Amino acid sequence: MKVSYYPGCSLHATGKEYDESMKAVSRALGIELKEVEDWSCCGASSAHSTNFDLSIALSARNLIAAEKDAMDVMVPCAACFNRFKMAEHHLKGDKSLKTKIEGVVGAKYQGGIAIRNPIDIIYNEIGIDALAAKVKKQLTGLKPVSYYGCLLLRPPEVCEFEDYENPFMLDKMMGALGADVKNWSYKTDCCGGSLSISKTKIVVNMVDKLMKAAREAGANCVVTACPLCMANLDMRPSKGLKLPIFYFTELISLALGVEGAPETLKSHMFDPRPLLSELKLI
Amino acid sequence: METFLEEVNKRIDGVPLQSCYHCRKCTAGCPAAPYMEYNPNKVIKMIQNGEREKVLNSSTIWLCLSCETCITRCPNKVDIARMMDVLRQMAIESGIGAKEKNVLKFHEAFLAGIRRGGRINEPMMMAEYKLKSLDLFSDVLLAPGMFLKGKLALLSPRTKDMKSVKDIFEKTRQL
Repeated sequence: MKVSYYPGCSLHATGKEYDESMKAVSRALGIELKEVEDWSCCGASSAHSTNFDLSIALSARNLIAAEKDAMDVMVPCAACFNRFKMAEHHLKGDKSLKTKIEGVVGAKYQGGIAIRNPIDIIYNEIGIDALAAKVKKQLTGLKPVSYYGCLLLRPPEVCEFEDYENPFMLDKMMGALGADVKNWSYKTDCCGGSLSISKTKIVVNMVDKLMKAAREAGANCVVTACPLCMANLDMRPSKGLKLPIFYFTELISLALGVEGAPETLKSHMFDPRPLLSELKLI
Repeated sequence: METFLEEVNKRIDGVPLQSCYHCRKCTAGCPAAPYMEYNPNKVIKMIQNGEREKVLNSSTIWLCLSCETCITRCPNKVDIARMMDVLRQMAIESGIGAKEKNVLKFHEAFLAGIRRGGRINEPMMMAEYKLKSLDLFSDVLLAPGMFLKGKLALLSPRTKDMKSVKDIFEKTRQL
C-alpha cells in the first residue's frame, strides 16, 4: 500500500530514531511512504493551549497539503496525530469554523483522506499473522510493557483508537515478534508531556511512578509509539529507575532482521544495547 | 453582561458545565491533580460561583496536561480539557497572564519557533525559552549528550512557503 507520510518536527530531531525505524519497517512491510509536500508544524500543545483558531489552522494547512496526494496520511507522532484528528473533528462538525479556517489558510479543506497512526496501519492493513510470518529473529527474553500514553487514544470520539481504556494492538504486535509482553495498569497514563521543560519536577514524579510500575509488572523494557513519551521516559526518570525504552518500530525492524536495525539504538539517552546484547538479540 | 459561567460555556460550545454532578471521576483520573491548586471539578464549581479572578489566576489551568482523561471518563461528557484551553486563553486575553509563568513562556517560545521556520528547531526553541524564562541552568547537562547523539541539530529543514505560515499567525490574531 502507499500512504502520505507526515513526520512532524520531533521525528527530525529528538525523535529521529522513530523516523528512521518507521521508514525501515515500512520498506520491510511493503508500505510506500510519500512525504507531505512542504509540511509545517501541527502546532502541538502550545497552539491549542493559547489560541484555538491558530491550532486548527496550523493542522488544517497540513491536512490540505496531504489531500493533494489523495491517500491516507500516516502520522507516527502521537501529538501530531491527535492535533490532526482534532482539527478534522472540528472542521467536519462546524461549518462556520470550516469557512473561517479556509479563509485563514487560503485553501479549501475537503476532509476526504483518513488520518492514521502506524499502529493502526500495521495492525489492520498488514495484520498480525503477516507480521509474525516475516519475523527472522524472535525477541526471546524481551519483556516489554506497552505504553500508549494519551494522544493516540483520547478523546475516544476524536481519535477512534480501539479499546481506549485497555488498548491491545501494541501488545499483540510485540507478542507476534516473540516478546514476553507484560500486562500493567499504566498503558494509558500520561508521561507529563510538554511540562517536561517548564515543570520538570512534576514530570520526574510522573515518569518515576511509571518506571516503578513497569518493574513491578516484571518488565525489562518499555515500548512506546510517541516521541514525547520517549523523550520523557528516556531522559526524565530518577537515577536507578531507568529502563530501556524502545519505539515499537525499532523492535519490529530488529525482529524482521532489517539491515542496520540496531543503528537507531545508539542515540537513546539510556542505552538499551546492553540489555539486547545480554539477550543475544544484537 | 454575561456571567463568567455563560462566557466559558459559550466558548466551549458543547455540553454546558452545569451538567457536572461532581462525581469527581475527572479529578480521580487526572494525573496533574496532585500538583494543582484546585481540582478539575472544583474549577467547574468556582466558575458557577463566578470566581473569575481566582480561576484565571490559578496554577491549575496551566498544569493541565491536556491528556484528555477527564473528558474520556466524564459520564456527562463535560469537556473539561477544552474548558482548560478556554480558561488559559481567557487569562491571556484579559491580561491576567499565567500563574505558572514558565509554562506560558514555553508555549510562546514554541509558537515563535513555528513562526520563524514553519517547523520547530529544538535547540533554537530551547534557547528562546531559556532567555524568556531566565531558567538558564536546568538541563544544561543533558544538552552535550544530546548533541553527540545527533538529537539536537542546529540546522534543520524549514517550511519553504513561509508566507502561508506567517499569514496563519497574522489572521488568527484578529479572529
